Amino acid sequence: MTTITADQYGDHAHDHHDADHKPAFFQRWFMSTNHKDIGTLYLIFAIFAGVVGGAISGLMRVELAEPGIQYLQGWANIQHAMLGAEPASLDQAYHLWNALITAHGLIMVFFMVMPAIIGGFGNWFVPIMIGAPDMAFPRMNNISFWLLIPAFALLLGSAFVPGGTGYGAGTGWTVYAPLSTSGSAGPAVDMAILSLHIAGAGSILGAVNFITTILNMRAPGMTLHKMPLFVWSVLVTAFLLLLALPVLAAAITMLLTDRNFGTTFYDAAGGGDPELYQHLFWFFGHPEVYIMILPGFGIVSQIISTFSRKPVFGYLGMAYAMVAIGVVGFVVWAHHMFTTGMSVNVKMYFTAATMVIAVPTGIKIFSWIATIWGGSISFKTPMVWALGFIFLFTVGGVTGVVLANGGVDDVLHDTYYVVAHFHYVLSLGAVFGLFAGFYYWFPKMSGRMYNEFLGHLHFWVFFVGVNLLFFPMHFLGLSGMPRRYPDYPEAFAYWNKIASHGYEIMAVGVLIFFINIFWSLAAGKKAAGNPWGEGATTLEWTLSSPPPFHQFETLPVIDDAAHH
Amino acid sequence: MIQVKSLVLAGLLAFAPAMAMNGPAFAQDNATAAAPAAATVAAPADSAANAAAPAADAAPAAKVAAPPRMKPTEGIGMPKPGEITLQEQFTSTGHSARWLHDVMLLPLITLISVLVLALMLYVMVRYRRSANPVPSKTSHNTFIEVIWTVVPVIILLVIAVPSIGLLADQYKPAPKDALTVKVTGYQWYWGYEYPDAGIPEYVSNMLTKEQAKAGGEPFQLAVDNRLILPAGRPVKLIITAADVIHSFAVPSLWVKMDAVPGRLNEKSFTIEKPGVYYGQCSELCGARHGFMPIAIEALPPEQFDQWVLSQGGSLKNGTAAPDAPMGPQQGSVLPAPPADAVGNNAL
Repeated sequence: MTTITADQYGDHAHDHHDADHKPAFFQRWFMSTNHKDIGTLYLIFAIFAGVVGGAISGLMRVELAEPGIQYLQGWANIQHAMLGAEPASLDQAYHLWNALITAHGLIMVFFMVMPAIIGGFGNWFVPIMIGAPDMAFPRMNNISFWLLIPAFALLLGSAFVPGGTGYGAGTGWTVYAPLSTSGSAGPAVDMAILSLHIAGAGSILGAVNFITTILNMRAPGMTLHKMPLFVWSVLVTAFLLLLALPVLAAAITMLLTDRNFGTTFYDAAGGGDPELYQHLFWFFGHPEVYIMILPGFGIVSQIISTFSRKPVFGYLGMAYAMVAIGVVGFVVWAHHMFTTGMSVNVKMYFTAATMVIAVPTGIKIFSWIATIWGGSISFKTPMVWALGFIFLFTVGGVTGVVLANGGVDDVLHDTYYVVAHFHYVLSLGAVFGLFAGFYYWFPKMSGRMYNEFLGHLHFWVFFVGVNLLFFPMHFLGLSGMPRRYPDYPEAFAYWNKIASHGYEIMAVGVLIFFINIFWSLAAGKKAAGNPWGEGATTLEWTLSSPPPFHQFETLPVIDDAAHH
Repeated sequence: MIQVKSLVLAGLLAFAPAMAMNGPAFAQDNATAAAPAAATVAAPADSAANAAAPAADAAPAAKVAAPPRMKPTEGIGMPKPGEITLQEQFTSTGHSARWLHDVMLLPLITLISVLVLALMLYVMVRYRRSANPVPSKTSHNTFIEVIWTVVPVIILLVIAVPSIGLLADQYKPAPKDALTVKVTGYQWYWGYEYPDAGIPEYVSNMLTKEQAKAGGEPFQLAVDNRLILPAGRPVKLIITAADVIHSFAVPSLWVKMDAVPGRLNEKSFTIEKPGVYYGQCSELCGARHGFMPIAIEALPPEQFDQWVLSQGGSLKNGTAAPDAPMGPQQGSVLPAPPADAVGNNAL
């Protein structure tokens, strides 16, 4: 997208005295102020959390493979035995189910996707891509990461304290009142709420850091309209975080006071309203889904351009489509609440506003295809993942248009159709973006090439697995299967069985991913500064692989003539 | 009209050939058996199903017998095994909403997905490195960018018109003579009350697997005391909850309305055919969220009136029930909410 007049900084950096001076282990990893190290910490954390969240979904798919309760009771008994409590009653086993779905949602959203895509790749590559030596506030960057640890600990710990009928917070990731207030006695829900507070605070700090960095620390000549699209995507995401998370913080603070201090913000008996919580939550929650997917858009744009050896088609349209998605994303929240009994005019507005989002999203899809059009494509692993992203995100996007219709949502709301929709855009959208980015930047981050065969194998196994896992959920939803059920009528057995088999295949795919990482870290070929050739035009490919501990001590100058 | 739509449908939907093929299977095999002899129907031991006898014995005075418990028709008002479409609909908004989904939205989104896939396959083959070693430098084309902005806008406008119309339809206020029923969600059962007819609230719990099987009903959908409604007459449900949020959902009637404590939500519709229509709670409400199903029994109007009278209720035209015990549906003695259900709430 930009041509660089400066020559190979990486080679110079090796000559430089301080550029590669690394602090000792504890200081380097526990008191880090280095954006690349913090990015690595985020990625390791996200992979760990992703394994936990993915294992929980495995438990869920095992239980749902057949009608009837097969395993839940046993797991609940184990949980109770660990705590020295009596064996679980059936209701307590059902409560464990609710705790599992809650944990799966919260972990995947707050502790896997967000840390990986913003904390991990954002930290690693935003400063490099704009030609900055580091983030604007390196110490704040560090605390953003370390806040995740107590947050995650609180969430995991909540599974072992009373949360109402059984142990753990069984409120769903949405934490709707009054189930989360009067409906869940015990400290589990308080711990989950505090976990969200802390993780949210970390994200707000991170957002402030990204905005400041991107607006103030771009290298000479790197105008906003020359920034790589990944940087644009993180900039928009950071604004969404900054504007949405405080609303969540307010909403869940009122939950806490309702729970513990006798306020009645969400209790009709005291003049409050349970619907108020839903409005506040989704005012955060809808931008949140764009927070998870926008950086994925950015990653895919970089990869498509690199491996097609072509600049991104319609760069400005792509950048401002993301801005438009971000802005419109703030005024569509109540489409998550179509069945709450809102007035017809409100429902009409949210139906129309929601459908509007399809327009900028369509611009992005078509621009990606146009970028490939006329290109010279090499099907390296990151490219394959990016192509998978485009198609699967399209499938997830069009079911979003179906759900946007308030009248149709009356029957699809809170069914597996919704589950299928948001897993297509997140589990197959954001996660495909994550894997694409991981393979794309793995040589840069680690200095070693991944195994191309294993990368492709990972893609195909994972692709087949997740489609088998999530596509049948459309059918389940259409025929009426509600979400968050540990058991179901016989009629839903067929597609549930298929979905559970899909999970098994997907799990094999993840295994291949880990084999690839470990094999490549141990024995992968050494990566060149730019392993992708002439298509890779962003600044990180001008550095060595891995980059020097401190890069750009002399700022690169971006050529004025450079044109995206 | 609906037939025509169904035909269009069958042609358009690549992966839904079987839909709309179900004949008008009326769920009223026993609808004519409303003889007073119903009181002699034998009740399965510990099931509330068909438990008309005990209450009839208990009432000494002459009274109107409840119509017999209706048997569900396989595949009507409930999901079908391996189904890939929406359930068959039995309300007018259900028909138009299903039409919007099946005839407009589903073909459209299939088409868009296939178009994107086709474009991707084309560029992947045509512009692979071996076929096209030198990439073009094109990065702008205002015309095509305008096209792919404007065309989606037009498509969305085309969707929006019937969609908004559907919404307006769904919010049409109920006619004055609609039967009002108050529906209350509890952890974890439903309560139904008929203020118009003067029938006090009775509660509806899920049947156990054995009970459901004995009654020939699907487990996890079958309940002991169904919500009895008239077919062919407008109905207005006032939906609320007593503890946490629940959601009253019956897919085959295109009904889903949250039951929110402190709020009265309204949903009105007219069930077209007698039958049994099942649904499930659709808002996470705690441990037994998955086990508080909904079953609506839509009776032919005259049988519904008979049922109202049998419950000690009065009809709109002033007919009061002969001296009969108040309360339980179909003559059965209603169980109180299970003690442990209440206990767990407080836990």
